[in-house]
Amino acid sequence: MRAQIKISLKKDVLDPQGRAIKKALHQLGFSEISEVRQGKYFEVDIDDSLELMASKVVERMCQQLLANPVVETYSYELVD
Amino acid sequence: MINILDCKITPELVASHGMKPEEYDQLLVMLNREPTITELGIFSVMWSEHCSYKSSRVLLKTLPTEGSCVIQGPGENAGVVDIGDGDCIVFKMESHNHPSYIEPFQGAATGVGGIMRDIFTMGARPIANLNALRFGDPKHPETRRLLSGVVAGIANYGNSVGVPTVGGETDFDSAYNNNILVNVMCIGLAKTEKIFYSAAKGTGLPVIYVGSKTGRDGIHGATMASKEFSFDSQEKLATVQVGDPFAEKLLIEACLELMAGDVILAIQDMGAAGLTSSTSEMADKGGVGIELNLDNVPQRESDMTAYEMMLSESQERMLMVLKPGCESSAEKIFKKWGLDFAIIGYTTDSDRLVVKHNGEVHADIPVAMLVKAAPLYKRPWIETSKPEFIPTSTISTPSNTIESLKLILSHPQGCSRRWIWEQYDHMVMGDTLSRPGGDAAVVRVHGRDKAVAACCDVTPRYVLADPYMGTKQAVAECWRNLISVGADPLAITNNLNFGSPERKDIMGQIVSSVSGMGEACRALDFPVVSGNVSLYNETENQAIPPTPTVGGLGVLRRIDHMVNLAFKEEGNVILLLGPETGHLNQSLYQQIIIGSLSGEPPPIDLLEERRTGDFVRKLINSKKVFAVHDVSDGGLLVSISEMSLAGGKGANLLEYNGNLSTQGVWFGEDQSRYIIEISSVDSHAIIKSAEEAGVKSRVIGHVCGLTLMVGNEKIALEELRMVHEKWFSEYMN
Amino acid sequence: MNVCVIIFPGSNCDRDIKLALQKTAGFKVTMVWHGDSEVPKCDAIILPGGFSFGDYLRCGAIAARTPIMRCVVEKAKSGVPVLGVCNGFQILCELGLLPGSLMRNSRMLFVCRDVYLKVENTDTPFTGSFEKGDVISIPVAHHDGNFFAMQDTLNRLEGEGLVVLRYSDEAGAITSLANPNGAQRNIAGICSSNGRVVGMMPHPERACEMVLGNTDGKLFFKSLKSALTV
Repeated sequence: MRAQIKISLKKDVLDPQGRAIKKALHQLGFSEISEVRQGKYFEVDIDDSLELMASKVVERMCQQLLANPVVETYSYELVD
Repeated sequence: MINILDCKITPELVASHGMKPEEYDQLLVMLNREPTITELGIFSVMWSEHCSYKSSRVLLKTLPTEGSCVIQGPGENAGVVDIGDGDCIVFKMESHNHPSYIEPFQGAATGVGGIMRDIFTMGARPIANLNALRFGDPKHPETRRLLSGVVAGIANYGNSVGVPTVGGETDFDSAYNNNILVNVMCIGLAKTEKIFYSAAKGTGLPVIYVGSKTGRDGIHGATMASKEFSFDSQEKLATVQVGDPFAEKLLIEACLELMAGDVILAIQDMGAAGLTSSTSEMADKGGVGIELNLDNVPQRESDMTAYEMMLSESQERMLMVLKPGCESSAEKIFKKWGLDFAIIGYTTDSDRLVVKHNGEVHADIPVAMLVKAAPLYKRPWIETSKPEFIPTSTISTPSNTIESLKLILSHPQGCSRRWIWEQYDHMVMGDTLSRPGGDAAVVRVHGRDKAVAACCDVTPRYVLADPYMGTKQAVAECWRNLISVGADPLAITNNLNFGSPERKDIMGQIVSSVSGMGEACRALDFPVVSGNVSLYNETENQAIPPTPTVGGLGVLRRIDHMVNLAFKEEGNVILLLGPETGHLNQSLYQQIIIGSLSGEPPPIDLLEERRTGDFVRKLINSKKVFAVHDVSDGGLLVSISEMSLAGGKGANLLEYNGNLSTQGVWFGEDQSRYIIEISSVDSHAIIKSAEEAGVKSRVIGHVCGLTLMVGNEKIALEELRMVHEKWFSEYMN
Repeated sequence: MNVCVIIFPGSNCDRDIKLALQKTAGFKVTMVWHGDSEVPKCDAIILPGGFSFGDYLRCGAIAARTPIMRCVVEKAKSGVPVLGVCNGFQILCELGLLPGSLMRNSRMLFVCRDVYLKVENTDTPFTGSFEKGDVISIPVAHHDGNFFAMQDTLNRLEGEGLVVLRYSDEAGAITSLANPNGAQRNIAGICSSNGRVVGMMPHPERACEMVLGNTDGKLFFKSLKSALTV
């Protein structure tokens, strides 16, 4: 099975990359864009035998490495 | 993707490999059979302009490549010069023009990675990077994106690997709109008795693959670099390689660790044309054959074909031939650094390159056919017509000197490049003695009381007007820049960037340019030890201006020989050394103030160049000089402004009362000139000794206050600084 | 006196800082590979600058999770002085030995230049030889030096006097113009509550020789020497 993990910056953390992308989009004429936040996306393939534990494993992965709890939050989905 | 073993070779397939019908016919005759698709791929890259130098080889042979300091001239991964005490410098310049236009960040980054591999392949630790960049008109819609991508790519790669990027130059010209130039130079430090070469001598020896895994990236990069562009090049995106500076850093450390022992017989990096070029070159130089078993090549993707593996340009890979029995100790080092290590073949006594995959032979080619028998062209050419001679006195010039100075210093061509070099880590390794912004970068030889100096130079507008004179100028300016920091110039590397050699006018530029380079190098004892040729820099018949970039290297035998351009002391005399004719044709003044370029570039008298340079060198070594700067782009007043800004000290310049046009005096670009700062006590004696040495001199003024004063005009240094710094950051914001 | 410098794949200021430690204060320096499980007996630990593990995932994130770091944390907790410079500072934050995080520079560009710094805390083992309020000049060279922490954390840092260095102008004024990377409250360096762990973005090892431009960095290493000698 596969875990699709999204890491994003916490709401109140400044995102200079997102801000730069927003500016670039505005310059390209996407004036209707009001906010851009940049994040990260991971696909992690997990041994099927772990099925019952999978969400616990993913949580631990996020907390221990993939996300920096000081500035980031995470969410994930498990798919077959 | 081509993956059929017995793929039929059609004329279209041959053409899509960038091979001319007559070249394919030559191949059929030599091979005496139809090639396999893998063989066609191998021939197409080895016979490409990029690998074979088929249009330029004849000309390059005319360049002087020997000198007392030269340990290794052209023909190896890089040139090597002796700097005394058992130390030597390994250096080379290379272009990554086409890849950088298609994907500026990765193109420039992998250019830096590639040139560094050429250097540490020879056993040298890279100690400095430089670059020479040419972009289109700042107003062109793509220029900003290309510029920021290229600079970020160079910064990302060099900074991560931890090698300082210490200098270079950047130019804008609409003729580069669709063909930007990214020339990168690397300098490495090695021990004279520990230089590694690529000749695989001896048979039955293991051929080892180390570094990153092989993927499908960059397939046909070498043929791409040898073809003209068309606007659908965007579609070629798939052939751009992606760099991994982290892997490069590990590869440097692992290779240098292995090189400290005595186990490597031959080593070659996998650059353009990857496995194909590296195996052919090692076999050819060693006079052996190589048999490869591609099943053992570390692969990033599954189901790769022999064709793909032989042509892949995945980065951060090396090929080595080890002494028998040393495999396991070598493997241990690479495993420690987390890098792949695989025995992928053996040297043989057959003189053939044999490629096996999945139990089948995919290629079986005599090595000589790939390297020595590559096509060689003596292409027809016509001489560039001599530019019209326009006497400077007939050029009408505005009279407000400071206003003109401000326009030049705030122009894209004349303004500060701080925005660029502040993105480069120019201090890492702790030996950068002279930071970017000076005449040449100076980097200490680690742990020693000596240093090396390096710079990149060419003025394309001069070369366009007169390829012969303009190229002489490029060599001379490079020589002069090294002298200006207190170095003894030793040797150069070059990067010859031109349009299509199949056009007679372009071939004419190449012929004249190489001839001018040879003459200047001979006159200045400044041999060419390495280099790179980049042709076909044109899009829809619009060729770039001829751009023979010269990368110079010099040595400072003692660190306290170093000088820089910053004014030092109030009251000191500012003295101009060298000829003065007020030559405004092809100058920045003509381009920016008058609005269009015309006439002939400033002529160079190489004897006078040498005489003046040798005099300045002696003067510097006698410690009588406080500051030195050469006079180049923009002329005398621009040079003095740069000295004022660097030192934070103003200058009071005498009004010019001679026979030349005033604007010609302040902004003319006469060659072979230096400005020096000396104490008023010494000035009389120095002027006299200049006269005795046959060097012209004239007192320009003295160092004074916080204002630049020219006769009765003046400008505060702070305003001058703002003018100089403004354009770049505003443009890029 | 022995100082350990921890090396990760991708570290690139390890040699520079080793030389600075040896030359300015006569330390014996031991280079420790990240894969080792033990930090040898030592009087201080340095995490050097560079791009450990390519700065992939987040700067310092992977280095902070290498086996050796457990030992570094133990030693830090027992009071061994620890200094993280640039990437080392990022690793200390990822490790949780220091609060906050170093984000992408606000102008999105790598920045390499001399900056002025105001020394605000002289009670750490690395800043004891400075006078409070000294303005010094040291180079920065980073892409991710934009210090970020939640407001309450920032207030705590300020309240407890844990801000060690701040970007300033030549006269010591804390201005936004003097801030090279957008760091909150111009923070360039901080320390742990007990003052034993210090992280800073500027590179003191690059400012230890007149021939390289300036020598203001020497005092960081001399401070350590004095702190360990007492």
